[in-house]
Amino acid sequence: MNDCANEVAQRWPLRVRLASRDLDGVTLLALPAILFVVALFIYPFAHGLVLSFMPKAGDWLANYRKFFSEPFLYDTIGATLWLAVPATVINVLLSVPVAMRVRRLQRRRILTTILVAPITLGTVLIAEGLLNYLGPQGWFNRSLALLGLGPARLVHNYTGVMLSLIMSGFPFTFLLTLSHVTGLDPSLEQAASTLGATARARFWRIVLPLMAQGLAINLCLSFVQTFSVFPSAVLLGAPAGATRVISIAAYQAAYEQYDYSMASAVAMIMGFVQLAVVTLILSVRALAYRGAVGGGKG
Amino acid sequence: MAIAARDFRELKLDGMSRRFGSLDALKGVTLNVRRGEFIALLGPSGCGKSTALNCLAGLLTLSGGSIWLDSTRIDRLKPEERGFGMVFQNYALFPHMSVKRNIGFGLSMQRRASADIKKKVDEALSIVRLGDQGEKLPGQLSGGQQQRVAIARAIVVEPPLVLMDEPLSNLDAKLRLEMRAEIRRIHDLIGSATIYVTHDQEEALSLADRIVVMRDGAVRQVGSPAELYAQPAHADVAEFMGYRNLLRAQASKSGQLMNVRIGVADVQGTPVGTAAEGDAIVAIRPDDLRTGADGPLAVAVESAQYHGRDFYCSGRAADGVELYFCSEHSVAKGERVRLAADPSRVLVYAREDLP
Repeated sequence: MNDCANEVAQRWPLRVRLASRDLDGVTLLALPAILFVVALFIYPFAHGLVLSFMPKAGDWLANYRKFFSEPFLYDTIGATLWLAVPATVINVLLSVPVAMRVRRLQRRRILTTILVAPITLGTVLIAEGLLNYLGPQGWFNRSLALLGLGPARLVHNYTGVMLSLIMSGFPFTFLLTLSHVTGLDPSLEQAASTLGATARARFWRIVLPLMAQGLAINLCLSFVQTFSVFPSAVLLGAPAGATRVISIAAYQAAYEQYDYSMASAVAMIMGFVQLAVVTLILSVRALAYRGAVGGGKG
Repeated sequence: MAIAARDFRELKLDGMSRRFGSLDALKGVTLNVRRGEFIALLGPSGCGKSTALNCLAGLLTLSGGSIWLDSTRIDRLKPEERGFGMVFQNYALFPHMSVKRNIGFGLSMQRRASADIKKKVDEALSIVRLGDQGEKLPGQLSGGQQQRVAIARAIVVEPPLVLMDEPLSNLDAKLRLEMRAEIRRIHDLIGSATIYVTHDQEEALSLADRIVVMRDGAVRQVGSPAELYAQPAHADVAEFMGYRNLLRAQASKSGQLMNVRIGVADVQGTPVGTAAEGDAIVAIRPDDLRTGADGPLAVAVESAQYHGRDFYCSGRAADGVELYFCSEHSVAKGERVRLAADPSRVLVYAREDLP
């Protein structure tokens, strides 16, 4: 057996042996992408990881010990999750009914364009707008005053950041959900209806189980996006209080205390929290059906 | 037999119409279907046969006419309220459910007891001969097995009407023949009415009690397979039923028969419908046009394909007319042969019959 393998290894040129493992000239085309990933992701990540273990003072774990002993620092994890998790869940849950409705529309493109416009505006512009409209002197509070109702505090607190996260995050979530919904074979729902399933039963028994995979990915992507919230937490929130998110802590360490090592440690902790949540979502996903969503041949 | 169709006497389509924008996909289809009948809707693609089936299932609303099940008007009902079984062209099996749960889906929608569901699903599995495949996912089955799951799922709810949309078009030739026999066997077993859409005339001939030939959204002819095979009412139906030789000719009366002049040859034929003297269309099946020493038509052989018993040949007459015919013995390319056909198998139609 071994002799035989050796013989083959000697007889065939290297090029053929590599090709049999799907390595050939075409594989080189992946090189630019790999270089890109190494330069822009792996190197900075490794650099930050190493840097986080080289604190200004103390032993190699001093940064992490400091983070987890000061409530001012470790509370940021909770504050961030308290924003990111509800915002993600609201966005994903909201996107399902909207996508279910939109897929049957004839003028889907117009509606999609309107819904997607906030992406192109960017977080800062949305924050600007919200400050103007919902602020103490904005039209919303002035209208309330006309009705004799007291001013509502909607900015510079938790609510403001949440509103901004939903406005800027929803289009992204919606587009992903729409692609999952439109990818479903319509004949599956038709088949279910000829078998006596009402619209509600079709949704729970057919559409949702087949979309579960996509929704899990959607949750992960939306979560990662909202977890790194920075501009809206600063502009619309209370950066010293309720919306002191983890990215603010990292920013302060880096640019107010000039402690890059500490900032790297905060960034690493941020990364691991994200990783933990994504792992959790994906392990729940493993329970759902994974496979083709078509109805058979054809 | 526990799986038996819900009782009804007659399904009536009364001027069933459907418009898509400015296109009339169905132009007033009227048809009565009795319980236990196997009806084939036959026609080329785009003739409206699938539209008709979707209208019956309730997946499309009508833009005119009505559908009746005995004395109940059903065309305003949603598909889930009609309770017809439907077999889709791509089977539309739920990919995330096991075979058993696919088949039991309709029963669980009726909120039947789970012991009842289990019993009926097992029966349906044995009817389609898939007894040991119940726990698999559809993706793990072959095309023919998926097809049978789709049929089991449609019949297990004991529908008064089973609708099938080209269910064999995705299978290979051998499996298609097997499943054809299987579908007819299941139909006879459960006793419901079946409406079967196909573009394959052979499938329609071998399966159906009655064939409805459609063209451009309208019914062209309704009849038994034997009637449609031997006596198509129109030239376009003849073309679709395998009358490959469709020739322009001059006709003149000759007693009960007609004399038709095809190119330079005179042939006797039988008039159908509005056939009159003058311009006419002559339809002859290739297997009715045979080689014979005294035949009136002379052609030079252009091709010959061996088909087991016969050679299927084509030839060209001196005036350029191309003819398809059969020969019991081998003929060589370029050979000159004479062809003849029985007058009862040469059908003469009015020229305007071919749109």
